[in-house]
Amino acid sequence: MTITLSHVLFVLFGLMVLGGAIAVVTVRNLFHAALWLMLVFFGMAGLYVLLEAPFFAAAQLFIYMGAIGILIIFAIMLTRAFMRQPMPRANEQWWLAALLTAVLLGVLVFLILQNIRPNIMAEAVPESTIHILGVTLVDPTGYALPFEVASVLLVMALIGAVTIVRER
Amino acid sequence: MLEQFTFVGLLFLVAALLGTLPPALAWLLRPKKPHPRKSEPYECGIYPHGEAWVQYKAQYYIFALAFMVFDVEAVFLFPWALIYNWLPLYAVIEGVLFLLLLLGALLYAWKKGALEWV
Amino acid sequence: MDWLTRLLAFLSNAIVNIGAWLQGVLTGWGLPEPTAHLIVRAVGALAVGFFPLVVVIFLIWAYRKIAARIQGRLGPNSSGTWAGPWGILQTFADAIKMIVKEDIRPQGIDPVPYNLAPVLVVFASVMLWAVIPFGPGGSLIGTDLSIGIFYIMAFASAALFVFLMAGWSSNNKYATVGAFRAVAQLVGYEIPQLLAVLTVVAVAGTMKMQGIVGAQNVIFLVAMPLTAFIFYMASLAEINARPFELLEAESELVCGYFIEYSGMKFGMFYLAEFMNSVAVAAIFTTLFLGGWRGPWVDQAPILGTIWFFIKMGLVILAWMFIQITLPRLRIDQMLNFNWKFLTPLAIVNLCVTVLVNKGITEAFPGGAPVWTRAGILLFSNVLTVLVVWGISALGRRREERRAWRVAQATELEVTA
Repeated sequence: MTITLSHVLFVLFGLMVLGGAIAVVTVRNLFHAALWLMLVFFGMAGLYVLLEAPFFAAAQLFIYMGAIGILIIFAIMLTRAFMRQPMPRANEQWWLAALLTAVLLGVLVFLILQNIRPNIMAEAVPESTIHILGVTLVDPTGYALPFEVASVLLVMALIGAVTIVRER
Repeated sequence: MLEQFTFVGLLFLVAALLGTLPPALAWLLRPKKPHPRKSEPYECGIYPHGEAWVQYKAQYYIFALAFMVFDVEAVFLFPWALIYNWLPLYAVIEGVLFLLLLLGALLYAWKKGALEWV
Repeated sequence: MDWLTRLLAFLSNAIVNIGAWLQGVLTGWGLPEPTAHLIVRAVGALAVGFFPLVVVIFLIWAYRKIAARIQGRLGPNSSGTWAGPWGILQTFADAIKMIVKEDIRPQGIDPVPYNLAPVLVVFASVMLWAVIPFGPGGSLIGTDLSIGIFYIMAFASAALFVFLMAGWSSNNKYATVGAFRAVAQLVGYEIPQLLAVLTVVAVAGTMKMQGIVGAQNVIFLVAMPLTAFIFYMASLAEINARPFELLEAESELVCGYFIEYSGMKFGMFYLAEFMNSVAVAAIFTTLFLGGWRGPWVDQAPILGTIWFFIKMGLVILAWMFIQITLPRLRIDQMLNFNWKFLTPLAIVNLCVTVLVNKGITEAFPGGAPVWTRAGILLFSNVLTVLVVWGISALGRRREERRAWRVAQATELEVTA
């Protein structure tokens, strides 16, 4: 197996994601943790590009770095108390979180081992993946119902936000 | 496909260069004469009172949340907008329904006064 | 006369020919074909990356000059120290001054985010240029990605957190308030901008930038003026131009999120702001003014690049006139304009345009003539504007009547 540029890039983006993720959970300053999270999101976008899914790469930048990242930073800034005193890193439910994470890791490893295929990158990705995505999203035999349900979900999120404001 | 992203990668390097070069040049050339008086935070000539990280209104959070709702919606609609003209009419209606639901939510938020600046 | 025809043939497609010549030279040196191609692409990337920088250097001068003339001043000129005829070298002098300025760091800053923010802000605005088509064909565009315009929106959106980074790490209340305002504004106005882009994508049927240019047999400014208006207003807010200049708000926030930056780091924010203005002008040209399309482009592709620059220049000029003439809005007015006017209007506009466009496709099975389609779309736009205007007029009258009734009631109470 020859090492190509895409292998090198895969390792780089992988390191970016993993290193960033480790930094997110170990860094004391919450604001810095949020910034490390941005690096993770960027690395994920790079991995999507390597998987020949440019739409998802852009969506990753767009939603995760653009919207969710901002939301997280805003949430941190609204809780000022965190900024000055460094909090203990773990709370009393750490064992539950560890258990759940271990279970999730087990399930993921199991699924990956089940579905491993040697030449997955050799299969050509069609140029018009976005068109196929568009067709299946509105096809009644495809994902038409989830598509509309997603809209309802978004509406509920907005109404929930309104309720939070009204309580204040 | 990856061929297309070669240029993005190259521009990435150029952009990184353009971003770092001027500050690096400034770092080399500028004078360095620090003085404690110089490094006081600017606050209209008086010494700053309290810390800068004061707590902010929850209002900002609501706008960010509304933004996220519309962002996610746009990601759903981009594939649809690309293809709808070649699909039967119900596909168009589905997308419009999607949008009208969101418009309804926006009008609801407006009616309830969540969009007022307080 | 042979050399003249050869020269003209070379010039008619100059940029592509220079690329081909360079590739020929490199392969002549014995480099393998792919390596030579990669080097040519790298030179192209350098050109694309430095292009906004060069434009901005002269744009800043032009902006100061035009602003001064509009306000009855002289602007940069040659009196005093020599700055070239009409002060054209003023920006270079400013740049040199910024580079050799002492860098003052306020106490209590968060050093890594503080120093990283100016780098990232320029980085993000250079990245936007990867998919801008400067001319016809595949060689006069960085890369014609299948996600095209979505790539631009993604990078513009991903760069938002840099403002929070700059404001938050500066340890200054003005900076933090400025960062919050910046994000509230930029985040809000991204929504109508997105919806306008969706409308364009829906009518063009593609996200590729060259595809969008190719779809404009009638330029979209004529076919969909409402969409163009929404996009333009939202873009003005995105590039922080007056009347939406709240994040900087020199008189209240003394520069907003980058108040504590000095020297070249301040210059980076300044640079990025102008670069974004140029980028937005280029995007508007591509989406609504037909990009490089114009007469005789088929004969001489270089003309396409010239048309593109002329159109872009006009958009920039329009931006300057608005920026110089108008006063600044208050933050509540700015938010109201977005959430209660532009966003609902953009949603309605998208729905109407999509339905009408589909209707045209259904009504003309053999494909609608371009002017018919444009005419009907334009008509639907006018209708939308009228209906929206009517509804808002009704709402205003109801508001007035309610206010009058309240006034009457208080008057009765007072007399009783």
